[in-house]
Amino acid sequence: MNFSVITTQFWSLVLQGLALGLIYALVSLGYTMVYGVLRLINFANSEVFMIGTFATLYLEVHVLGYATNSPSLHGAKLIWTLFLVFVGAMIACALIAMLVELVAYRRLRARGANRLASLISAIGVSIALLEGMRIITISRPMTTPRLLDKWSFGQFHGANFRIDTMMAIVVPIIIFVVLDRFVTKSRLGKSIRAVSMSEENSKLMGININRVITLTFCIGGLTTGAAAFIYTTVYENTVFNVGFNMGIAAFTAAVLGGIGNLRGAFYGGIALGMLEQFASAMLGSQWKAVTVFTVLVVVLLFKPNGLFGEAVQQTRT
Amino acid sequence: MRLEIKDLRVHYGKIEAIKGVSVVVNEGEIVTLIGANGAGKTTILKTISGLRPVSSGSINFDGQDINKIPAHERVDLGISQVPEGRGIFPGMTVLENLEMGKFNRKDRKNEMDEDLDRVYTLFPRLKERASQAGGTLSGGEQQMLAMGRALMARPKVLLLDEPSMGLAPQMIANIFRIITEINKQGVTILLVEQNAQQALQRAHRAYILETGNVTKEAAAADLLNDPAVREAYLGTGAH
Ligand SMILES: Nc1ncnc2c1ncn2[C@@H]1O[C@H](COP(=O)(O)OP(=O)(O)O)[C@@H](O)[C@H]1O
Ligand SMILES: [Mg+2]
Repeated sequence: MNFSVITTQFWSLVLQGLALGLIYALVSLGYTMVYGVLRLINFANSEVFMIGTFATLYLEVHVLGYATNSPSLHGAKLIWTLFLVFVGAMIACALIAMLVELVAYRRLRARGANRLASLISAIGVSIALLEGMRIITISRPMTTPRLLDKWSFGQFHGANFRIDTMMAIVVPIIIFVVLDRFVTKSRLGKSIRAVSMSEENSKLMGININRVITLTFCIGGLTTGAAAFIYTTVYENTVFNVGFNMGIAAFTAAVLGGIGNLRGAFYGGIALGMLEQFASAMLGSQWKAVTVFTVLVVVLLFKPNGLFGEAVQQTRT
Repeated sequence: MRLEIKDLRVHYGKIEAIKGVSVVVNEGEIVTLIGANGAGKTTILKTISGLRPVSSGSINFDGQDINKIPAHERVDLGISQVPEGRGIFPGMTVLENLEMGKFNRKDRKNEMDEDLDRVYTLFPRLKERASQAGGTLSGGEQQMLAMGRALMARPKVLLLDEPSMGLAPQMIANIFRIITEINKQGVTILLVEQNAQQALQRAHRAYILETGNVTKEAAAADLLNDPAVREAYLGTGAH
């Protein structure tokens, strides 16, 4: 075990932890938003993320025609291209997420099936998506073109402020600020909060529950798609089972912050990202997944309401 | 306007909770449904609002069979409910709660302001607490909020599920006074209560419900003097 890295690499680990944690936070919204209104763990969200990474790759390679050895882009062209792929990945994920809801959950709900049935259906959908992609890609990892040249703003105590790291921090923060405002201030956002507090009473107000549910899957898909784009741009590769670890980590982040709680997802993601970076620096990177699972189990055992408990949470009945 | 429930049967799984109930509420009336705990009062109101499916029988509102209409569209028809236990949104402010009262509005600005004005006139306390979270209100204030929220939808008929439950005597008197006032403003009311004394004093007509069956139907004033009713619902220790 190596403790000295905590001091020697402190700022670097913080920066990397923040970047990783905010990607987790975006994906965890796909769990938290849905859980808030349905009390259902949307297991398929990990595969929505996977689809998002492949959507990014597909858009860059097959739609825009860049190869892995294409030169990096610059200026307005870079910004427009990245923006286009970003929006494309978000839309692809939102569509998949809404489709999953329609196919795997809605009919069960209409028949009054219990939560366990929906949970099994969710796992079924995620296996179908995963194995489908395994067949399509013949299990091969794929590299994406480096459209973004990884230049650095500079160093600070050993922390490298690289452009992609900064993107991984700034974009999620903007998304969270926008989403937080949407949920607290807008009429549709309020309908989401209302349903998460009480489905029956929301119906009595004239709220169409199915529409609200679709909306939450759409939002969760959009943020998961954004995360998939950022992830792919940073790591420049993907594989059919990329969603597995991401899904567990994002779910852990959601539980850590208090599932169903939007701000909790934000802080839970950051906390987990930091923890993972520090643990893998001290213990070796093979301990990454162990750290995540340990956090998950410990939180579920000792603090099932998450670190922020019911206090930050929108109170539910 | 008329609300007519005919031979209604409702099940929870295999258990029949409502066993062929018929109730009529005419325009302008306050009709009360009296019954002990578990008699099926809440189930009837939930079924009228569309929250529970009908097993057999019919619910007719404003000359239309509303059986096939989903719950969230019944508000727009003019049926609002104040649910048992108030059902306010605790994490939302009083104002937000009121805004939710009619989610589907065409004219969001002027109409909403008008409705808010009316509700605040009826419940001045709500105006003082407009920016306070609903969950922090006292029981009586929450009841006012739930009623105000239902009135935001300009209902033709207002369904009230045990509005006096858990309130102090003075607040109960206050709530019942306001119920009469709302009725005088032209809102038809179906009032479900265990507090038979107050309900019968305010209502025009009454039904007695016992384990899913209507056992008596009469003018409210008559039931106040009915020895059997006095014995069962008005005697000492009635609840
Ligand atoms: N969700 C439910 N599941 C099963 N049975 C229920 C449910 N809600 C009510 N019941 C049963 O239906 C009957 C009527 O209940 P309810 O309508 O709540 O009565 P009341 O409002 O008059 O107290 C009771 O026997 C109750 O146990
Ligand atoms: Mg009841």
